[in-house]
Amino acid sequence: MRRHQTVKDVRNRFLENRIFLNRIVVLFFFILVLITGLIMRLVYLQIEGHSKYKNMATHNRIKVMAIPPTRGIIYDRKGHVLAENLPSYNLEVIPEQVDDLDETLARLQQLLTIPAEKIAAFRKQVRRYKRFSSVPLLLQLSDEDVARFAVHRHTFKGVDIQARLIRHYPYKDLTAHVVGYLGRINDRELKVLSKEDYRGIHSIGKVGLERSYETTLRGTSGYAEIETNAQGRPINELEKINSIPGDDIYLTLDIDLQKIAYDALGDYNGAVVALEISTGGVLVQASKASFDPNLFVSGISYADYAALNDSKNMPLFDRVLRGQYPPGSTLKPFVGLAGLEHNITTFQETLFCPGFYQLPKKEHKYRDWKKWGHGHVNLDKAIIESCDVYFYDMALALGIDKLSHFLKKFGFGAKTGIDLKGEKAGLMPSREWKREHRKKGWYPGETLITGIGQGFTQVTPMQLARATATLANKGQVVTPYLAEHIELADKKQVLAHAEPENLNLMPENVAYINEAMMHVVHSSKGTARRIAKDIDYKIAGKTGTAQVYSIKQNESYNEDEIEFNMRDHALFIAFAPVDNPKIAVAVIVEHGSHGGSVAAPIAAKVMKQYLAEVAY
Amino acid sequence: MKIETRPEQFKEHSFVGVFLRKLHLDIPLLMALILLLVLSFMMLYSSSGKDWGLLTRQANRVGFAMVLMVILAHINPRQFQRFSIGLYLMGVGFLIAVLVVGDVGKGAQRWLYIGFRFQPSEMIKLTTPMMVAWYLSGHELPPRWRHIAVATALILLPTILIVRQPDLGTSLLVASSGMSVLYFSGISWRFLTGVISALSIFAPVYWQFFMREYQKDRVTTFLNPEADPLGKGYHIIQSKIAIGSGGEYGKGWQENTQSHLEFLPESSTDFIFAVFAEEFGLMGCLCLLSLYLFIIVRGFYIAVQAQDTYGRLLAGSLVCTFFVYVFVNIGMVIGILPVVGVPLPLISYGGTSMVTLFAGFGMLMSIHTHKKILPS
Repeated sequence: MRRHQTVKDVRNRFLENRIFLNRIVVLFFFILVLITGLIMRLVYLQIEGHSKYKNMATHNRIKVMAIPPTRGIIYDRKGHVLAENLPSYNLEVIPEQVDDLDETLARLQQLLTIPAEKIAAFRKQVRRYKRFSSVPLLLQLSDEDVARFAVHRHTFKGVDIQARLIRHYPYKDLTAHVVGYLGRINDRELKVLSKEDYRGIHSIGKVGLERSYETTLRGTSGYAEIETNAQGRPINELEKINSIPGDDIYLTLDIDLQKIAYDALGDYNGAVVALEISTGGVLVQASKASFDPNLFVSGISYADYAALNDSKNMPLFDRVLRGQYPPGSTLKPFVGLAGLEHNITTFQETLFCPGFYQLPKKEHKYRDWKKWGHGHVNLDKAIIESCDVYFYDMALALGIDKLSHFLKKFGFGAKTGIDLKGEKAGLMPSREWKREHRKKGWYPGETLITGIGQGFTQVTPMQLARATATLANKGQVVTPYLAEHIELADKKQVLAHAEPENLNLMPENVAYINEAMMHVVHSSKGTARRIAKDIDYKIAGKTGTAQVYSIKQNESYNEDEIEFNMRDHALFIAFAPVDNPKIAVAVIVEHGSHGGSVAAPIAAKVMKQYLAEVAY
Repeated sequence: MKIETRPEQFKEHSFVGVFLRKLHLDIPLLMALILLLVLSFMMLYSSSGKDWGLLTRQANRVGFAMVLMVILAHINPRQFQRFSIGLYLMGVGFLIAVLVVGDVGKGAQRWLYIGFRFQPSEMIKLTTPMMVAWYLSGHELPPRWRHIAVATALILLPTILIVRQPDLGTSLLVASSGMSVLYFSGISWRFLTGVISALSIFAPVYWQFFMREYQKDRVTTFLNPEADPLGKGYHIIQSKIAIGSGGEYGKGWQENTQSHLEFLPESSTDFIFAVFAEEFGLMGCLCLLSLYLFIIVRGFYIAVQAQDTYGRLLAGSLVCTFFVYVFVNIGMVIGILPVVGVPLPLISYGGTSMVTLFAGFGMLMSIHTHKKILPS
């Protein structure tokens, strides 16, 4: 038995070996046949076809050259150009055609005074461009430089002046944060961009609308089939697929209003936002301090960038979407509405304000801005005079959970969803938030200060404007947007915008709050009464100040004694006309101290200009 | 009974011989590989336009791959046999993971992050033949029907997973590596012809229902490149111009014009053979093909010399896959096969295929150098 097994094993092994060897031999011959096939094909290409292909290689070099598209233009609502393409004379070099690059660059530097960093940037660019393409050295040459180079042109082989289009922002600092700017594609972007989409394109929208609507504005590259000589110089154009220009974008923004708002801020830094109430279209989105975006288009110099970056005014900072401020008293109408909606209070119910508020069994005095108090106040009076004590009490009665939940419905603590990237969400604190982020429980005192818009709460000017529009809209939440429609040649396409969301508020409650806000402007004790002059419509508003500097228990705030950058921020929210609301405005003036006298007049100017042009 | 480890071709007392025997390396194979690597760096230097950064990156990868080869050559093939099933299952697991959570690169999901970026479809190129060889060597050969059925399932599972990524080139290599094991195991010729005719019926169905648009494009372009000279046929036309203009003796090293002037795309990776053919001409191509053929012959010699079924099947399959690499790449560059993403082995720029190939050669050397002399 055992013996038999072994014999079988050996026989199998023998058989196996024979089969394997046989398979190897067959496969090897098959491989030889295939390799012979490859060789025959190579002979066909390299011997038979040699002269044909050699000819094709040396004489008929067909090259595909990208034709970059023209970028779409950005217009404001009245058709003013906010971003355009201007012809620019660039000094460009084809490095492969230059005999001695270092020597040529040195001579060019003598002729045209080119800063050393431009030379360094150029050397970096050379590596990124395809071979035999024209690499820009200097953009936007002056007429004088163009003339000077033209005289010496024949001595610079491979260097030439090219007319190109360059992005230009005619309103400069006025639109820097909204429209944004175009800049050179950097290494990081290069890695993720599709090479196909960016054929021949060297710039990309970096911030603002230029970035958010990059694909719409960019257009589609075309290409030309170019015959070149042995050195790669184009001789003849064979076929051409034209590029398709990017779409033009029309905004809801009104550049005239924007200018009024921006100028009205004067020497202060701050932000002004105005929304069209029915749609959420952004009429004004001004952020100050600002900068000239044109600096970035042709490559900002290190010194210029450092100056912008280090400035204490923070001109690169978009305050409208990224600035997060305590809302201060501008939050009170919303807190009051929360009280009404939750039946915490009624229109008539009053409270006595002695000028401070104390939690039961606690020593700490929560002050009112008015040291001697407001006396007996109901909700209307509390909003008109901005009584802190009233809202301390109401916030405590509501509790942080209800308060936070209600305010979030107005969009506080969440991104507004505007069609611009990079927006901040602000902060609407809640018990859960504090546990998660501060690892601490919620204290009742924090509920009090949340009720007057201090404490953890932070809002962006855009959020504030949107919430104001929601009040004016009787509880319809709109999503702000800038781009109204896009246009290319004869094609016009209105962009889809989010439908308003209904908060289902009690109409009489909203009406009551709106009326109280109207009294802020149109009553003898209103904190913004000075803007009621010379207008034939009614404004509803609310002033606010946001603390930058906290006052100790036994001190009092004395504006003249503290430094400017410790002064309170001044805020104002408003909408008008009250009976048929058209425009909602939010203004934040950094270190402006007084909502009524500093922030409110800015909003008033914007509304006045807008309502002079719109039927109401 | 005298037990001795090979290789026997070194003289007992030569220092180099002793050293290399200790390393378990096969000298003829190693020489051919080094020659190809020298060619590779010459070609990369030329095609990339003296890009030292690229050369350094490639040198690092080659270094890593060679270390891996030495390590694998050291391991007894019995260990490969033992770990076949585990490695196979691990590879399949990774492939499934790639489909679920993989990184998308160039429109296809091929990468997985496990501390570093890792392409499991490369690993499965080795583990599939290992698994099939392990399975078949456990049974009497030639295999019976049910063994063939199981082996086919073992091949199809990773192949289909890679097609889903989608990566046609790699799935082709995986399938051929597994099928070659079946071929070597001695399945009948009748069966083989049956499978081939079944495949030719299946091909149109596959085209209709499973191929992605870009894969179809490649095939139609291959059939008629002149139809779309600026778009997808551009690769093949430019590649043919480069090769054809090379002529008999070529234009000389670094003298290529087609990739320097950016006519030839992918000139350092999949289309590097075109640069080679342009610079060194038909004679250069014949030398390169001879070098590849030498490796194949040496590989088959190792396979025939192998002492157990597992080693024999695995060695045969590794060599066969290597040939498929060469044939598919050169075939596509010279325009007789459609463009599938397969690099020219040991020459093209890229780390993953380099590592897999050297690992394969490491295993081949291990099979050859861990042998016991049987009593005659």
